Amino acid sequence: MLRFLIRRILFGILVLWIVTLGVFLLFFATSDDPAARFAGKSATPATLALVRHRLGLDDPLPVQYWHFLTRLLRGDLGYSFATQSPVTDMIKQALPASLSLILGAAVLWLAAGIVAGVISATRARTLLDRGITLAVLLGISMPAFIVGLTLSYVFAVKLQIFPQTQYVPIQNNPLQWFEHMVLPWITLALLQSAIYTRLTRGSLLDVLGEDYIRTARAKGLPERRVIYRHGLRSALTPVVTQAGVDIGVLIGGTLVTESVFGLQGIGQLTVQSLTIGDLPVIMGVVLIAAFFVVLGNLVVDVVYSFLDPRVRLS
Amino acid sequence: MSLTDLEAEASVPPASEEPDGRKIEGRSPWQLAWARLRKDKAAMISVVVIVLLIVMALLAPLIAKWVGYAPDFGDRKLGQTVDGLPVGPNGHHVLGTDRFGRDILVRSVYGARVSLLVGLVSTVLAVVLGVIIGASAGFYGGAIDTILARAMDVTLSFPYLLFALALAAGFGASVPLTIFVITFFSFASIGRIVRGQVLQIKEREFIEAARSLGAGSIRTMFIDVIPNLIAPVTVLGSMTIPTAIIFESTLSFLGAGTDPRTPTWGNMLSDATQSYTVAWWTLFVPAAFLLITTLAFNILGDAVRDALDPRSERLFAAQKANRKKKRK
Repeated sequence: MLRFLIRRILFGILVLWIVTLGVFLLFFATSDDPAARFAGKSATPATLALVRHRLGLDDPLPVQYWHFLTRLLRGDLGYSFATQSPVTDMIKQALPASLSLILGAAVLWLAAGIVAGVISATRARTLLDRGITLAVLLGISMPAFIVGLTLSYVFAVKLQIFPQTQYVPIQNNPLQWFEHMVLPWITLALLQSAIYTRLTRGSLLDVLGEDYIRTARAKGLPERRVIYRHGLRSALTPVVTQAGVDIGVLIGGTLVTESVFGLQGIGQLTVQSLTIGDLPVIMGVVLIAAFFVVLGNLVVDVVYSFLDPRVRLS
Repeated sequence: MSLTDLEAEASVPPASEEPDGRKIEGRSPWQLAWARLRKDKAAMISVVVIVLLIVMALLAPLIAKWVGYAPDFGDRKLGQTVDGLPVGPNGHHVLGTDRFGRDILVRSVYGARVSLLVGLVSTVLAVVLGVIIGASAGFYGGAIDTILARAMDVTLSFPYLLFALALAAGFGASVPLTIFVITFFSFASIGRIVRGQVLQIKEREFIEAARSLGAGSIRTMFIDVIPNLIAPVTVLGSMTIPTAIIFESTLSFLGAGTDPRTPTWGNMLSDATQSYTVAWWTLFVPAAFLLITTLAFNILGDAVRDALDPRSERLFAAQKANRKKKRK
C-alpha cells in the first residue's frame, strides 16, 4: 500500500511539472510581447525595456522557467504583473469561494444523483424512469450559464428570495455566506446531478444483472436488502471515482458558475489573468488547479482500494 | 428418424414462408435499427425539429427580409425605449430587441447558422480524427499505440476551457479557432473508445481468416475493421454534436468564442448579462433556441444508441420476465 501511494504521488508530481511547462511554453507561443501590455500604450522603448527587466522578461526562456521552478520549491509563486501583489496571497483569497461552491454543490448533486439514479434503475422502463431520463437529458442539454442566469433572474431579480451576487466569507457571516451560495450551488448541482443520475442508473442496472445478485435473491433475501446492501454497494464504486475526479477538476474549473454569480474564486482569477496575460497568476492558478486534479485522483485511488478488495490485491 | 429421413429433410430447400404464410425477409442490423428508431416517437419529433432548425438556418437571410430587419440593424426608433432600453415583444419586433435595438428573432435565426455549423463541422472533424488515431493505435499496437494512447490521455487531462481562453487571448476569437478547439478536445475521447473497440475486433476469428487469406494490413483495416466501428461511432458522433454546441456557446459566453459582433446564441446570451434584469427576452429567447437544439440532438442520440444496441433492450426484457414470474 505504501509503495503504491509513493508511486502515485511521484506520478502526480510528474504531471504537475508537465502542466507547468506546457502552460509556460503555450503562453510565450501565443502572446507576442507581454511587457508591452503592462507598459501602457505610449511607452517609449526605454520604459518598455525597464518594464521588461522588472518583470524578469528579458532573461532567456529557460532561465525564466528555472527561476519559476526554484521559487516554487520555496513556496513562492512570484508577483502579479498587473497588481504587483504576491500570487500566493491572491490564490489564498480566491480559494475559499471555490471550495465553498464545489463542496456544497457536491453534497447536493451526489444526494440528488444517487437517489434519482436508484429510483430510475429499480423502476426501469416505468413512467417514473422515463420522466427521470427526460430530466437528465434536459440537464445535460443546458449550458451552466443559462441555468445560472435563469435562476438568478427568477430568484434574485423577480422573487428576491436570494441576493444576487458576491461571495461573503463564512467567517464573516455564516448566514449571509449560505444565502449567497444557494443559487451557485443549485446551478452547479443541477448539471452535475444529471450526469450522476445517469451514471448511478447504468451502474446499478449492470450490477443487478450479476450472478451474485441472483444468488442473493435465490437465498430469499428481501428485494430491498438485495438492492441496497448487495447491489448499491458495488454499484457506487464508479460513482465515487467520478466524484473524486470531478471535485478535483472543478476546484480550478468552475469558470462559468463563478463568473455568472460574481464569486471571486479560482475560476474568475483564471479568466481575468488569461484575458490580460498576467503570466505569474496564470502559472499559479493552473498549478493549483492541476494540484487538485492530481489530489482528487489520488484520493480516488486510495478510497477505491478500500471499496474494492480486488484493486488492493493486484 | 432414420438417416434417409434426415437426408430427405436436408435436401428440401429452406422454408421461405412461415406456416401462417408470412414471408421471411432477411434484415440487416441497420434495417433493424432503423425500424426500432422509427417506432421511437421522441426520436422522430427530434428529427423534425432538427430539420426545421437547419432549414431555418439556411433561410436566415430570407427570414430577415420577411421580418424586415437586418441582424446588425440597431432600430433606434422602434427598437429602443426613450431611455435606450430594450423593447419587449410587440407588433414590430415579435420577440423584442436587445440593448442596441437589434431584432432578437432575426439574430436568433442567424445564430442557428453558427451553432449548427460549429456543432456539425467540429463533430465530423473530431470523429474522423478520433477514428484514424484510435484505430491506428488499436490496430498496430506496440510503440505506435503507446505514443498515440498517451497523447490522447494527456489531451483528456488538459484543462480545456483554460486552453481555449489562452488561445482566444493570443489569436483573437473566431469561428475557425472555436472549431479547432472543440475538435481538439473531442477527438481524444472518441479515439479512446475506438481504440478499445479495435482491440476487441482485432482478436476476432474473421480478422484471422482475412489474414490467413493474405489480406494486407491496409485492406484488413478498411474492409474488416472500420465497418464494424460504424455503429459505436454513429452513437458517439450523435452525442458529440450537442456537446460541441454547448461548448461553442460557453466559449462565446466567456468571450473566447466567436467575434462578439457575430450574431450567435452564445454572444447574445453573453450580451444578455447586461440587460436580463430588465429585459427577460434578451436572455430567454436565445436560451430557448439553444436548449431546443441541444435537447433535440441529445434525445436523438439517446434513441440512436438504444436502436443500435439491442443488448440493453434484452436486459430489460429479462427483467420484465423475472417480474412477471414473481407475480405468478
